[in-house]
Amino acid sequence: MNNEPLAIPTMAEMAAQGKEPEILFWVGCAGSFDERARKITRDICKILHHVGISYAVLGTEENCTGDPAKRAGNEFLFQMQAMMNIQVLDGYNIKKIVTGCPHCFNTIKNEYPGVGGNYEVIHHTQLIQQLINDGKLKAEGGESFKGKRITYHDPCYLGRGNDVYEAPRAALEILDTELVEMKRCKSNGLCCGAGGAQMFKEPEPGKKDINMERIADVIEAKAQVVAAACPFCMTMLTDGVKNQDKEQEIKVLDIAEITARANGL
Amino acid sequence: MIAQIIFIIILGAAIYQFSKNVAKIRRNILLGKDTNRKDQPGLRWTVMAKIALGQTKMVKRPVAAVMHFFIYVGFIIINLEVLEIMIDGVFGSHRIFANPLGGLYGFLIGAFEVLAVLVLTACIVFLCRRNVIHLKRFTGTEMTQWPKSDANYILITEILLMTAFLTMNAADYKLQLLHFGHYVSAGSFPVSSLLAPLLPDGASALVITERVCWWFHIVGILCFLNYLPYSKHFHILLAFPNTYYSNLNAKGKFTNMASVTNEVKAMLDPSYIPENTGEPGRFGAKDVTDLTWKNLMEAYTCTECGRCTYVCPANITGKLLSPRKIMMDTRDRITEIGNNIDKHGKDHQDGKSLLDNYISREELWACTSCNACVEACPVNINPLEIITEMRRYIVMEESQAPASLNNMFSNVENNGAPWKYSQADRFNWAEEQ
Repeated sequence: MNNEPLAIPTMAEMAAQGKEPEILFWVGCAGSFDERARKITRDICKILHHVGISYAVLGTEENCTGDPAKRAGNEFLFQMQAMMNIQVLDGYNIKKIVTGCPHCFNTIKNEYPGVGGNYEVIHHTQLIQQLINDGKLKAEGGESFKGKRITYHDPCYLGRGNDVYEAPRAALEILDTELVEMKRCKSNGLCCGAGGAQMFKEPEPGKKDINMERIADVIEAKAQVVAAACPFCMTMLTDGVKNQDKEQEIKVLDIAEITARANGL
Repeated sequence: MIAQIIFIIILGAAIYQFSKNVAKIRRNILLGKDTNRKDQPGLRWTVMAKIALGQTKMVKRPVAAVMHFFIYVGFIIINLEVLEIMIDGVFGSHRIFANPLGGLYGFLIGAFEVLAVLVLTACIVFLCRRNVIHLKRFTGTEMTQWPKSDANYILITEILLMTAFLTMNAADYKLQLLHFGHYVSAGSFPVSSLLAPLLPDGASALVITERVCWWFHIVGILCFLNYLPYSKHFHILLAFPNTYYSNLNAKGKFTNMASVTNEVKAMLDPSYIPENTGEPGRFGAKDVTDLTWKNLMEAYTCTECGRCTYVCPANITGKLLSPRKIMMDTRDRITEIGNNIDKHGKDHQDGKSLLDNYISREELWACTSCNACVEACPVNINPLEIITEMRRYIVMEESQAPASLNNMFSNVENNGAPWKYSQADRFNWAEEQ
């Protein structure tokens, strides 16, 4: 594994040099602050470096997209965030965005046009699928997932929200591994319980928490690895695994992490 | 002659009453706010053809899909037979299509009889699922009293109508064999001929049986027609416009509130002069009239099948939210407002609202906005949109969001992230190993 510090290019630096990157990597709040998600953020950067895509991040100029505010019903706050972000994005003449968070992805892609921001937005799993299709990314030189039982948990805002079901699966298919589907998958997938701003509040009273219901599906599929593609799902699934004392048997890994590991990045 | 006059009076009254009630529902739906669902007509026709006509979203549950398909096809095709009954009733003729259609008539009657048996089978299976097997989907807090009996009334009526149809044909068949009166030989009766031995042999008894069943069948259909506007069974009509006006955007895309855009622009840029967008409306929805006509049409289209609630993660884990209840509450409330208008005029206020009187805040805050309910609905109903509109009202008009969400809001506003971290630390991840 390569542990050299990465030099992460920022838009401000690029602009100072009069350069424009091909793609902006939108990190998102979880990707910036959540300890677990930060590792995934760095893995996405490693992949971008590895394939030589010219990219940059906004760094401290990035702001919450407003997704949780919008889902919770605070349209004022959402539009404030959106307009401020659009100002920054347009200021750097950004056209194409890749993000590691399905919530950021959905909001910038679908909801920013309504307040004047138009960009081509892809999720990191779509980028990975594209790189695999183009032959730029393989599963070589790194950790082998051979014989492991891997299942994929569809994030609502990637799957049902935007019909992205195949890209993350394509990233797993090139591994020499045993892919299994949970009984609830793709358009029938079960929410991790964090969407719609639930991440930021206690759940309403009920019989159990939604992530526990979901972990039961993972256990039933006898998966050794559950692949995630969303930082919120990552938190919820990891909590679920811990709660069931299954940390030794079941690992929760993001598609970007799996890809980075398989390529020895 | 007297029979014809009675028939015409019943038919006229039934059509009048039905039109009146449909007009009322239409009026109620149009109490909702406007929304543009008329773009891309080509795509809309395709969606309707696939979802309503082609029943493509039903197939997720194969047993229900096959049974429902029997009833659905039976319903569409039986209308040809009803057409003949209407003409016979008005003109005092008997099986008017028999001669002109010849062999085709025999085939059609045969097909109707087979369909009638399939409909009967499906209705019995459906009754068993509801009352014997007690399928979980058909239970729940919102599925008591009227919604429960409504479903049973529909199924029992359909069974009675099909039985009357087959018995009528059986008596007719026997009278044809006797070459009695105007009972012309009219093709094969593949199912009813098997029932013939159960009927009396005397011609007069057979005529009475045939006539009683004929009247029961057609009056039953007309009564059933008038039952529709009061019932979940209204979906047989509204499924078509409701799918035509489907949301064509990605499910993850929530509606943009243009009214907010002006205010936010003014906040961010003091020199901005907002466009005049008419009288200020309410932010979000407190009552059904704050929703769009499409939301209200969906409420009248809902057939309470519960596929939405069955897949709702909040409901599965025992929380109060049931997307089906959201739709049923919306329909009950708009119906109540409609009745108030009929009784007390259009400006009557009853002091009630959809929020709190029908839907509680606990239900609304349990939603994860995962779109499973939207995906599951066989006729493209969107309970999530109503939930979001009501959250908007609670947050923007009342400032009554749960405390933890208020914390999140102020973090987003002050720190640019939903958590309490400093903006300056946002790029620290780049320094880590």
